[in-house]
Amino acid sequence: MTAVDTKDRIYQVLDTIKDPEIDTVSVLDLGMVEQVEIDGQHVTIKMLPTFSGCPALNIIQGNIERAVKTVENVDSVEVQFIFNPPWTSDRITEKGKEGLKQFGIAPPPKYLEEDGSWHVNCPYCNSEYVTMENLFGPTACRSILYCKSCKNPFEAMKPISTLM
Amino acid sequence: MTQKYENPVVELLFQLADDDYLFSYRGSEWLGLAPHIEEDVAFSSITQDTMGHATVYYRLLEGLGLGVADTLAHMRPATERKNSILVERPNGEGVYMETPRYDWAYAVARSYIYTTAKKIKIDSLKSSSDQSLAEAAVKISMELYYHLLHWKTWFVQLFNSTEDARNRMTKALEKVIADCGDLFSYGDAATEITNASLIESEQVLLNRWTEYVKPVFETIKVAVPTFGKPERNGRNGEHTKELQDAINTMSEVYRTDLTAAW
Ligand SMILES: [Zn+2]
Repeated sequence: MTAVDTKDRIYQVLDTIKDPEIDTVSVLDLGMVEQVEIDGQHVTIKMLPTFSGCPALNIIQGNIERAVKTVENVDSVEVQFIFNPPWTSDRITEKGKEGLKQFGIAPPPKYLEEDGSWHVNCPYCNSEYVTMENLFGPTACRSILYCKSCKNPFEAMKPISTLM
Repeated sequence: MTQKYENPVVELLFQLADDDYLFSYRGSEWLGLAPHIEEDVAFSSITQDTMGHATVYYRLLEGLGLGVADTLAHMRPATERKNSILVERPNGEGVYMETPRYDWAYAVARSYIYTTAKKIKIDSLKSSSDQSLAEAAVKISMELYYHLLHWKTWFVQLFNSTEDARNRMTKALEKVIADCGDLFSYGDAATEITNASLIESEQVLLNRWTEYVKPVFETIKVAVPTFGKPERNGRNGEHTKELQDAINTMSEVYRTDLTAAW
């Protein structure tokens, strides 16, 4: 295999590494993978943490190291978490947004209002008639909302932007 | 008194790390006790973020060769700590395992003042001469945005609510402000820290904080408080007895098995 093949293969493997708390999105979908460097048989993967206190980071790190090691021509794997560039919620891919919706989580909004407030539609029925129940949800990256149309509570990924 | 490190980045990192570590610990003691379930979720989420911020700083210290991050967080005695007095104060009477009689007004007042002060520091750190610290500040700032929103809402709503609430908030705020003497202090390392352009000076940040909170204090019709000279300066390792108790509780599990991977 050439280095290019190896890199492709690594990205394929990374797409199988799911968020331990949301199994419909991978670390690639979330835009957490910044760089994959191959030096001979050694691979360094630079990752961007979503939230700095996210307890899933260690699990993700372990899962990536184990999985990428199985790729042909890879001997050792090192995962580094870096802050530059900072992870922002607009790094989530279109596929990632679909995956979030499947899980019942509204993808983060694209736009912030001037006062910093934001709006998302219901991930189940797409209704705009939703209310914010709690800006803070079950994990650091999620908020809890309620859909007035289909009467379902749902979660949304918080927008995270350097404008904040 | 505590040791002063040669490298001003180390001094500053310990101050930032210990501040968030203790603030997060005091927040975690509220788990299950907040006024309602939504608040319990929100407060513990903020507490978790804050411990994440402490971890970021301890890891930077680890990178500078100061020791393993977990050890720096849990194993340093009170005499070596550089946090401000404000964050080490207990939440109120009693202990959370028995009959806690914690004061929610105090939690709101402390969290609002601490978080706004943190915001001013983080904004300044974004232009730090230390590249890693500047990058960490950008990351932390995005999370802090939600914390600020949260504590500002509580702070204003309780002050502008019933007479009882206002009285309790007034008392709580006085108690908080009395402990703010070292909040913006860099202790004995101040000159080195500012000369190295790691962060702006104490006075610049203090003035900026005053401007920043002014609109909120106008909303609650209270004059913006001024901080006095500190009785003890936490940045120099001068602390209350409660700090060692807090560290003992917080590190209890870690100390049971120093070799375990948590
Ligand atoms: Zn709906």
